[in-house]
Amino acid sequence: MAYSEKLLDHFKNPRNVGTLDKNSENVGTGLVGAPECGDVMRLQIEVDPATQKITAAKFKTFGCGSAIASSSLATEWLKGKTVDEALAIDNMAIVEELALPPVKIHCSVLAEDAIKGAIKDYQQKKGVQTVESIAASH
Amino acid sequence: MGQRLIYLDNNATTPTDPRVVDAMIPYFYENPGNAASRNHPFGWAAEGAVDTARKQIADLINVDEREIIFTSGATESDNLAIKGVFEMYQRKGNHIITAKTEHKAVLDACGKVEKMGGSVTYLNVDREGLINLEELEAAITDKTVLVSIMWANNETGVIQDMKAIGEICAKHGVLFMSDATQAVGKIPVDPKEVGVHLMAFTSHKMYGPKGVGALFVNRKNPRVKVTSQMDGGGHERGMRSGTLNVPGIVGFGKAAEIAKAEMASDAERLSRLRDKLESALTGMLEESYVNGSREHRMPHVTNISFKHVEGEGLMMTFNQNIAVSSGSACTSASLEPSYVLVALGLGDDLAHSSLRFSLGRFTTEEDIDETIAKVAEGVNHMRDLSPIWEMYKEGIDIDAIEWSAH
Repeated sequence: MAYSEKLLDHFKNPRNVGTLDKNSENVGTGLVGAPECGDVMRLQIEVDPATQKITAAKFKTFGCGSAIASSSLATEWLKGKTVDEALAIDNMAIVEELALPPVKIHCSVLAEDAIKGAIKDYQQKKGVQTVESIAASH
Repeated sequence: MGQRLIYLDNNATTPTDPRVVDAMIPYFYENPGNAASRNHPFGWAAEGAVDTARKQIADLINVDEREIIFTSGATESDNLAIKGVFEMYQRKGNHIITAKTEHKAVLDACGKVEKMGGSVTYLNVDREGLINLEELEAAITDKTVLVSIMWANNETGVIQDMKAIGEICAKHGVLFMSDATQAVGKIPVDPKEVGVHLMAFTSHKMYGPKGVGALFVNRKNPRVKVTSQMDGGGHERGMRSGTLNVPGIVGFGKAAEIAKAEMASDAERLSRLRDKLESALTGMLEESYVNGSREHRMPHVTNISFKHVEGEGLMMTFNQNIAVSSGSACTSASLEPSYVLVALGLGDDLAHSSLRFSLGRFTTEEDIDETIAKVAEGVNHMRDLSPIWEMYKEGIDIDAIEWSAH
């Protein structure tokens, strides 16, 4: 399977690898996937409570090249966005940007789930309506 | 880019030996005949070449040349043996015994037999990858017509106790078939010595061309017959119709002749290189495990799991120039890791973390040295990226986490 240049670049030079303090009030952590499925993604955001802007995003991923590239790209997109803007990130945008082959689309779904998971964790810490309850009210 | 390519995927297929190619070429040009054309020199030359090859292949496995049926490869041979025995011996019974770690060609042929009204027992293997002989014997019933156990496993290289299995089959009067695709030409294989009555193997795993294989069918004591699966001109004693692939067969024969002469020295050299690779990687990288028996194993194969690193991703760190294979298939169609490793009792996580290195006649020490360096670098890179490696390092029990399986 031939991968796109962008995907290979994110795989070989992953952006924003690392760990934020998961106990910090301003940090949200999303942990999705499972080792027995062959991929686990942990994505973290740090939010400035005054502006609701994401000031830092970090990830670590256990998985194939597409999973690693998807999470690396997601962290790049998250930085500087507001929480609401981040919630609008759609997995198909990741598919398009990295030219993921059809069998790897689930990697982008996982990245979207990780973003939503991190935001939900942050919102729960702040005691605000979570992604799920917003979704349920629609 | 000019990067040197390193091929350590010889269990998938071997490169064709140049001496084999040289032997084949005249059968494309000077001798283009059909081996079944009995009435002119073109046919005679082709027939003579096929006879020679049949003898070379028979000599490699110490059988009579009349016991070699040419096919298109091991998959066809497996199908012919299993479905052919099932159909031929229907009056005797409808039960087949095989193992969970068999190649898909055997498992899927058995699945077809089940659809045709047969019943199949799939034996478990232990942590070493070996079947339990008592379990095998207990599974045999008066309806059992065939036991099909592979000689050596493609993913782990584990070699079954063929002699003991053969004795059990003989004791109960059951036919014994073996998929010996990974063993023939690499280690001494003598079906008659261990009581194997049918044996599938192929040319392209022993430095011959692709598209040609063979089924050994025992001729005497017992005289074994299989119902043909390909009907037509009655070639190969009626068991496999179809014009013989003369250049392929010539190459297969040459490959067998070379294997017979060089197998012992190849095996000695490759087991030394394999051991070097294996001990370097497991020595340098903590939490790395060799899968399957190290005692009963092919000389050129090692299968290693690097914990908390996903195999397909790991391969991507070096697959620009090093070819290996992974037990992890990370696609939306199949998130399941290798069924062979799962059958050995590995957790799905370790099975997803495995790489298979299979060396071959053209592997050099330099290849191994470069592979050791690149794989170690790749594992360390992937572990730096791995959240579960980080958790493991922090002493978190990963099994206790409730994962959101998707």
